[in-house]
Amino acid sequence: MSAAPKEVLVDPIFNNNPIALQVLGICSALAVTISMSTTLVMCAAVIFVTTMSNLAVSLIRTRIPTNIRIIVQMTIIASLVIVVDQVLKAVAYDISKSLSVFVGLIITNCIVMGRAEAFAMQNGPLLSALDGFGNALGYSVILIAVAFIREPLGSGTILGFEILPTTANGGWYPANGMLLLSPSAFFIIGMFIWAIRAWKPEQVEEAEFEIASNVQYREAM
Amino acid sequence: MSNFNKDGLGNILFVAIAVCLVCSIVVSGAAVALKPAQMKNRELDQKQNILRAAGMLPADSNVAADGRGVEELFAAFTARAVDLDSGEYVDDVDASSLDPIRAAKDPAASRALDDAEDIATIGRRENVSVVYVMEGEGGIEKLVMPVRGYGLWGTLLGYLALDGDLETISGLGFYDHKETPGLGGEVDNPKWKAGWVGVRLYDDDHQPAVDLVKGRSAAGSPAAAYEVDALSGATFTTRGVENLVNFWTGELGFGPFIKNLRAGA
Repeated sequence: MSAAPKEVLVDPIFNNNPIALQVLGICSALAVTISMSTTLVMCAAVIFVTTMSNLAVSLIRTRIPTNIRIIVQMTIIASLVIVVDQVLKAVAYDISKSLSVFVGLIITNCIVMGRAEAFAMQNGPLLSALDGFGNALGYSVILIAVAFIREPLGSGTILGFEILPTTANGGWYPANGMLLLSPSAFFIIGMFIWAIRAWKPEQVEEAEFEIASNVQYREAM
Repeated sequence: MSNFNKDGLGNILFVAIAVCLVCSIVVSGAAVALKPAQMKNRELDQKQNILRAAGMLPADSNVAADGRGVEELFAAFTARAVDLDSGEYVDDVDASSLDPIRAAKDPAASRALDDAEDIATIGRRENVSVVYVMEGEGGIEKLVMPVRGYGLWGTLLGYLALDGDLETISGLGFYDHKETPGLGGEVDNPKWKAGWVGVRLYDDDHQPAVDLVKGRSAAGSPAAAYEVDALSGATFTTRGVENLVNFWTGELGFGPFIKNLRAGA
C-alpha cells in the first residue's frame, strides 16, 4: 500500500484518470463545461474539496467506526462544499450564479467520495492529500479540455474573449448550438477516452465476452 | 490503544458527535463571516440589473461609459413601493427591503390570478410591488419595474425600463431564466435586447400592445413601432416574453400606476 508520493500525484492525470478510466464525475463535466470561466472555478472548487476531504478523512481514519464511515465522509465533504459555496458567493458572485447548483452537487461527485473511501481510509494524511489533489487535477484536465472545445465552437469565445466572430454578432462563424447542450460533452469525453486509450493501450478493458464467429451460414441461406 | 475498539458503541457515538460538532462550527463560521460580503454582492447585483435594464450600464462592464460606477449611477434612482391595484405609491412600506417575489407567495399580500388574467403564468400576483424612479428637472426620466413570467422551462425574472414619456421602452433585461442556451437563452443577447429600445408600449386605447414578430412590418407603418424581433427557434420563450411585458404593463400589473403618473404629469 506504500505508493511513492509522486506516483500518487501524477498517476490520476493520465494513467488512472478519474473521468477517462474510472468514468466518475461525469455529471458535472457535462454541466459546467459550457464556458471556460465556470469550468476553472469548478475545477478549483473540486481540487479544494477533494484534497481537504481526503486529508480530513485520513487524519481520523483510525477512529472512524466501520458502520458509519460513509456518513462521516459525507458530513466532512458536505461541510467543505458548503464552505466553498459560501466563499464563492462572497468573492465571485457572478460565477457562483452561473454555477448555481453545481457547486452544491460536488457533494455527490463520485470522485470526492470515491477517493475518501478508497484511498484516504487506508493511507496517511500527506499521501491522501496528494491523492485527492492528483485526482482532482485529473478531473480538471479533462474538464478544461472539454471546455476548450465547447466554448469556442459553441459561442465563439474563450474566457469571454471573442476568437471566432459568430454570425449572431455579425461575424462569419455560425455557432454550433449542439455544443452548448450537455450531450455534446458526452461525445467529447468519449473521444478523449478513445484518444487516451489509443495512446496508452493498457487502459483498454478486456472484452467481457467474444462474439462467436458464424459457422452455420449455409443454413441461413 | 491495544484494546481500543473503534466499532464499539461509545466510539461510534463519540465520532458521530465530534464530527458533527466540528463540521457545524466550520460551516456556520464561514456562513456568518461571509454574510456581509454576500449581502453586498446581492445588492450590487440587483442594482446592476436595474441599471442595465435602463440602458445606463453596459452588459460586460460594471462601469458606465463615462466612468461612473454602479453606486454612483444608482444614486439617481429612488425605490418606491406601489400598490398595484390602486396604482398609488405606498409610503409606509420600506421599498428597499420589499421583495415582490416573496410577497407573491404570501396569500395575505397577494392575489391569485385566474387563467384568463394570468397571461404571464405567474400564479399569484403581489399587492404591493416596487418601482425605481429616476427623476430629473422635467419630472420622471426613467421608470424601472420588476417583471416576471413563464418562458419555456421556467420563470424569467427581469426588469423593464420605460422612458420619461412612460410609453416608450427604454430597455428590458432578465437576470434569471432557465431558457435553452443558444435558443431561448438569446434573451440575454445584447443585440436582441437593443431591439427593445424605443419600442412603443401602449396603443391608442392605452392597452399594452408589444408584439414579438417574425418578419417586421414595413418601417414607418403604425404597427412597426410596437414590434420586436422574435427569437428564432424559441417560440415559447418569445411568447412568454411578449406576455410578461404586456401583463406587467397592463391592468393587473403596473398599468394603473403608469396611468396615474401620466394623469399627474
